[in-house]
Amino acid sequence: MEVKNWVRLEFPSESVNVLFARTAVAVFASQLDMTLEEIEDIKVAVSEAVSNCVIHAYRNTSGNIVLECRYSLEELEISVEDFGCGIPDIVQAAEAGYTTVPEERMGLGLVFIHELMDHVNIASEVGKGTKVIMTKNIPQNRG
Amino acid sequence: MLSAETVNQALIVTLEGELDLHTAPPFKQCIDSHLAKNLALKDLVLKMDKINFIDSSGLGVILGRYKLIQKRGGKLIFVACNPQVHRILKLSGMQKIAYFADSVKEALSL
Repeated sequence: MEVKNWVRLEFPSESVNVLFARTAVAVFASQLDMTLEEIEDIKVAVSEAVSNCVIHAYRNTSGNIVLECRYSLEELEISVEDFGCGIPDIVQAAEAGYTTVPEERMGLGLVFIHELMDHVNIASEVGKGTKVIMTKNIPQNRG
Repeated sequence: MLSAETVNQALIVTLEGELDLHTAPPFKQCIDSHLAKNLALKDLVLKMDKINFIDSSGLGVILGRYKLIQKRGGKLIFVACNPQVHRILKLSGMQKIAYFADSVKEALSL
């Protein structure tokens, strides 16, 4: 990946920062030739990834979230990293309807991320944290 | 960002802005307090035209309210969703349990 531009943000796991994170990424992504629908996809995916950090990674505590975005001519890559509790079983966590907080959750956060982005990689270690790396392809020769 | 009115057995809630992890709790409290005060309320009509973003946290709270009105034999009706919001609602499978209408008048006639 030949990086043309990048940004790195670090912020505490406050729910109000979910809006900040997706808006910041949308502004960064607006440098690219993306449709409104593609930008909306990215906003939802970022919102889900950052919400997961707040709800799950730092469930009864708080900590920092690192958000990095970079793009080449071909793709936009976004990573969301926390240093929280980690995911014991990533495959199970990504199943539709699976949630550890069933009362008000649909269990769709990771499902949406997989659905709305072109490639998703999740690395997690229990007690250390989780890093979600997701990419959106930049359509070539549009218009 | 929230206003609510009741028409017969329906609670009509007008939403504004973005519905996510941060903004979902006041939305939940608003609906739950109306449902607790007025046991005759059955249907929940959500006016969505001023909502420009929703994610699974927003959907989760809506689903939770749906479970409450379902126990009363009520319906959940989304009114005037913008295309992006509608896409996310469809992706979540919400169309399997909820109705979609273009206007409040249409929603109340369902």
